[in-house]
Amino acid sequence: MATDQAHVPAAGELTESGERRRDFIYIATGAFAAVGAATVAWPLINQMNPSADVLALASIDVDLAAVQPGQAIKISWRGLPVFARNLTQAEQDAANKVPVASLRDPQTLAERTKEGHTNWLITLGVCTHLGCVPLGAGEGETKGDFGGYFCPCHGSQYDTAARIRSGPAPKNLEVPQYAFKSPTSVTIG
Amino acid sequence: MSFPWAKHYEPTTEVGKWIDSRLPLPRLIYDSVGAGYPVPKNLNYFYNFGVLAGVALVVQIITGIILAMHYTPNVGLAFNSVEHIMRDVNSGWMLRYMHAVGASFFFIVVYLHIFRGLYYGSYKPPREVLWLLGMVIYLLMMATGFMGYVLVWGQMSFWGATVITNLFSAIPVVGEAIHTWLLGGFSPDNATLNRFFSLHYLLPFVIFGVVILHVWALHIPGSNNPTGVDIKGPQDTVPFHPYYTAKDFFGLGVYFTLFAIVVFYLPNALGEPDNYIAANPLSTPAHIVPEWYYWPFYAILRAFTVNFLWVPAKLWGVLAMFSAILLLFFLPWLDKSPVRSNNYRPLSKLFFWVFVVDCLILGLCGGKPAAEPWLRISQFAAAYYFAHFLIILPIISRIERPLPLPKSISEAVLTNAGHSVEAARAAVAAVPQPAA
Repeated sequence: MATDQAHVPAAGELTESGERRRDFIYIATGAFAAVGAATVAWPLINQMNPSADVLALASIDVDLAAVQPGQAIKISWRGLPVFARNLTQAEQDAANKVPVASLRDPQTLAERTKEGHTNWLITLGVCTHLGCVPLGAGEGETKGDFGGYFCPCHGSQYDTAARIRSGPAPKNLEVPQYAFKSPTSVTIG
Repeated sequence: MSFPWAKHYEPTTEVGKWIDSRLPLPRLIYDSVGAGYPVPKNLNYFYNFGVLAGVALVVQIITGIILAMHYTPNVGLAFNSVEHIMRDVNSGWMLRYMHAVGASFFFIVVYLHIFRGLYYGSYKPPREVLWLLGMVIYLLMMATGFMGYVLVWGQMSFWGATVITNLFSAIPVVGEAIHTWLLGGFSPDNATLNRFFSLHYLLPFVIFGVVILHVWALHIPGSNNPTGVDIKGPQDTVPFHPYYTAKDFFGLGVYFTLFAIVVFYLPNALGEPDNYIAANPLSTPAHIVPEWYYWPFYAILRAFTVNFLWVPAKLWGVLAMFSAILLLFFLPWLDKSPVRSNNYRPLSKLFFWVFVVDCLILGLCGGKPAAEPWLRISQFAAAYYFAHFLIILPIISRIERPLPLPKSISEAVLTNAGHSVEAARAAVAAVPQPAA
């Protein structure tokens, strides 16, 4: 090292801004070490992302024939609950009467159901606040002040179209991808 | 701290000399907790809680390693394997309750430890790093306690895991990706339980590592004391051993007595009955609450119920909850008063106790359902929590006129014992001073 420091670089060894060509070797070595460390770190992080079996999400067929107007069923899909509710005429009217512009997450009932099947409200049973299952789908459970769902965790209330009306949740209950195969049978996913 | 009057380690046996010249571990112990570590002689019982916290950590590690010998981190088996521990494993019921109650006791002790530091100004120069390391330990404890509670895979475990991991989904843009990464799926499932087990095993050893740094950082300036006055000479200190080892062992006896009473007679008093119901991903219990030691922060989280300033209520709650803890990291720079102990700060002392009451109110609200009047109360209490650190403390430290401080620890001790100040000063003067 001592001899290296004593070495006075000749004019040709320096760039115009006064760096030695050898300085680039330090940068290149450091850069390769950083790339190498990142390459090793990424699989260590990525192993925690959903594995192939979790990602292989099957869609499910649900038979709705037994669900009477005013009733709802809970279906397990992707480990999450899905509510399928057969709305009564009164519930549909109540949902359509709400001025859409006044909602936190403005959507009409028609936008949340399928053409010709407006009595079927199919949503994830996952509160959009912190993920609890709202009450209201089961027999005798409280439906909250707006006749839809009530989340017991932090008090979010949803109306008959499962739209957020009060409490901390930011969004309406999510409508998953689904399609009717027959008037009483749907494929979710 | 090696005060000039600290005793020096002298190996007496041949074996001792042999070891000391190769790896001086006995010397390290002697200088850390032996006669080589002089400590202020006026420490009261609030100074026992550091040692108690260390013992609580060791109890958790030992019982935890044993429980892991019989526990199965799989959603199909986890809940039943805990019952297997309770019914079949020899003394398993006791070890399980020791671990569960031990977590509560660990937090009780650490909360008293933290509030001791707040009252006596133990976070002030030159002990800022000691305080910061303590806060890191506290964060790690909360993460560890949360993941341990999930392992039982009861209803509270499952829905606690759902809610807490969902906190991260409130982060704009990357939130959902982080949420999915933490869970290893789209809802808490086997992947989640499995990794929480691995991390619940790892983190206590990380805590242990930070505790070593914490104790090291303590030993550089030495312990603070109830007067907050610096050590002036040997008359202010006594060697750690035997004076404080004996006192700490007495405190430990009291602690273990209380611990045993709860483990044997009230093992479920601090827990939630719903966690004796196996996890059901299709139904949330009507009244879900976290463990009591998270209640104050849980109350802050859900105090935010309306969107404002273009930020949704959900994100406000998450930001407020995390900043309520992060704020403590900045405490040494928010309270600029040069006087450490609240014993000599009348205004600060008053607001310290208001703050304690505020924390208790927040804790009470956090344990109640998310309904009125608890939401309204927690909104005021949360606002006061932030005002205490960001407004009240900085103002007090500027305008307050502290009481006269004692000239030394010895003077304070002797005055308290009923002597006059003059007699105390005479007694202090009578003690030979170390050669400068």
